[in-house]
Amino acid sequence: MSYTFLEHTADVKFRATGTTLEEVFTDSAMALKEIVCGNIEISDAVEKEVVVEGKDLEGLLYDFLEEFLVLLDSEDFLLNKIKEIKIDENEFKLRAVVSGDKAEKYKFTNDVKAVTYNDIFVRTEGDKFVAQVVLDV
Amino acid sequence: MEIKKTSEFSFEIKKAGKMNVPVVVYASENLLEGMKQDITLEQAKNVAMLPGIVKASFVMPDAHQGYGFSIGGVAGFDLEKGIVSPGGVGYDINCGVRVLATDIDVEDFLKKRKKIIKEIYEKIPSGVGEGHKEKISEEVLNEILINGVGWAIENGFGEKEDLERCEEYGKMGGANPKDVSQKALARGKPQVGTLGAGNHFLEIQKVDEILDEKTAKVFGIEKNKIVLMIHCGSRGLGHQVASDYIKLMEREYGFENLPDRELINAPIKSDLGKKYFSAMACAVNYAFCNRQMIMHQIREILKKHFPENKFNLVYDVAHNIAKIEEYFVDGKKRKLCIHRKGATRAFGPSRKELPKIYKKTGQPVILPGSMGTASYILVGTDKSDEISFGSTAHGAGRLMSRNKAISTLNGEKIKKQLEEKNILIEAGSVKGIAEEAPQVYKDIEEVAKVSDKLGIAKKVARLVPLAVIKG
Repeated sequence: MSYTFLEHTADVKFRATGTTLEEVFTDSAMALKEIVCGNIEISDAVEKEVVVEGKDLEGLLYDFLEEFLVLLDSEDFLLNKIKEIKIDENEFKLRAVVSGDKAEKYKFTNDVKAVTYNDIFVRTEGDKFVAQVVLDV
Repeated sequence: MEIKKTSEFSFEIKKAGKMNVPVVVYASENLLEGMKQDITLEQAKNVAMLPGIVKASFVMPDAHQGYGFSIGGVAGFDLEKGIVSPGGVGYDINCGVRVLATDIDVEDFLKKRKKIIKEIYEKIPSGVGEGHKEKISEEVLNEILINGVGWAIENGFGEKEDLERCEEYGKMGGANPKDVSQKALARGKPQVGTLGAGNHFLEIQKVDEILDEKTAKVFGIEKNKIVLMIHCGSRGLGHQVASDYIKLMEREYGFENLPDRELINAPIKSDLGKKYFSAMACAVNYAFCNRQMIMHQIREILKKHFPENKFNLVYDVAHNIAKIEEYFVDGKKRKLCIHRKGATRAFGPSRKELPKIYKKTGQPVILPGSMGTASYILVGTDKSDEISFGSTAHGAGRLMSRNKAISTLNGEKIKKQLEEKNILIEAGSVKGIAEEAPQVYKDIEEVAKVSDKLGIAKKVARLVPLAVIKG
């Protein structure tokens, strides 16, 4: 499980690699979390269920990541962990249980404006899954 | 890619292949070189391929790579055959800038600077984490989406005179909150009056130099007095509107035939195109209102410290927006849908949209520099009407990635360097300072010079920062 940040003039681009789709989606969420709040320690006081549907894997990943921006803005929920995640890669459906805490308890600066479709992909490379996303910051 | 120099500060990429119009770049040799380092020009060529595009795909002097459209791009589309594209407006709908002029002496301000900045920092929430605010009701939010600055003034956040000193009089028409999703509304409720983070900032600046006395007088700007600059946008609400309509347009039209998925669009005439335009107008009004509320609160703080002084809003300009405007194309007057993404409207005296106070001069144009460097106030011209769909640059434009900035620059050190230059800084994080450091942006002096020499907006005053507040 891993993710790395790549060069991009104005925005943040990252790539996640894993042996399953679930791993890659989890890593992508962790990359997003790092840009949202850095490496602060967050407790797992609150649990949420996330259900998303897409038209393709890229759309599914976009919606999955966007959900955390929506939860942060509208419910003041700050993501810490993906506890469970199941992806139906034929129907492009995802269900996850995530944990985190009330954002108002923490000091951080969320720089992420939006997830974008720019240069986005989810694909297999050899026996690995790789995803790439650009965040508008 | 063949780029032909057509004048000292303009270049052209000829129409070829699937392009419907040429690409016209307004830049110096130096700025053009910078654009060649990323895919700015490829993106401008992609925009030139979109249906109904008129005249050219324009690239402003501060342009850099964006998603789909480059940042610093201007494109006008025919209302019959043309399209409207959320990517051509940007995720941060009506990200923009306003400047409040004062007659407070720099010396007087400096004596109270530390205290004032602390008060402002505590008063204006960033809107994230600890800066989270109370939610407003859906009813109030709807009023804001329809009335923009009008709502703010009616509710005690400003003065009547502020209205005409905003692009669109602070209220874009055709805004129907029904076209904004529940998700977007939920994101918008807690964020009214918040600054946000990233490249958004508040700055107190000194008017360092007046370059056009007559116009500066009309704008209310005096040398060695302080001004307040506010840069922010429509926050989560605007981002969600963009995201929602990108998805809806993908579902309706597919992106298989597009050179880039982010260029997704809908015909302006279509139901979806009209709905996006309405939702975008809602986000535009939200952002106008946001800047108004922030300015009002800071004006109150300044008034408390300087009760005898005068304050006047110079102008509020949008730099991520799509609008219907009239232009002469091949001798005929036509209504077009102008997309400005990281570009500022720069109307001259002949435009009917301008308020009475600026009818003789042209509109104020605000060109914010990067943190710690100069900014400019310019004035719009009729020349911009002829050659750039009434537009000019929007700021310095990024040069270095955030990634590289964080890994090579030290936020603490930059803070110190700024302090040595007599610039006080309050920021949410040290990392944020490194990300927005002066050296990661293009040279504002060069951008302002190109705009001035080309005549699409002329220099009026140069501003230098005395204090910076970042979310």
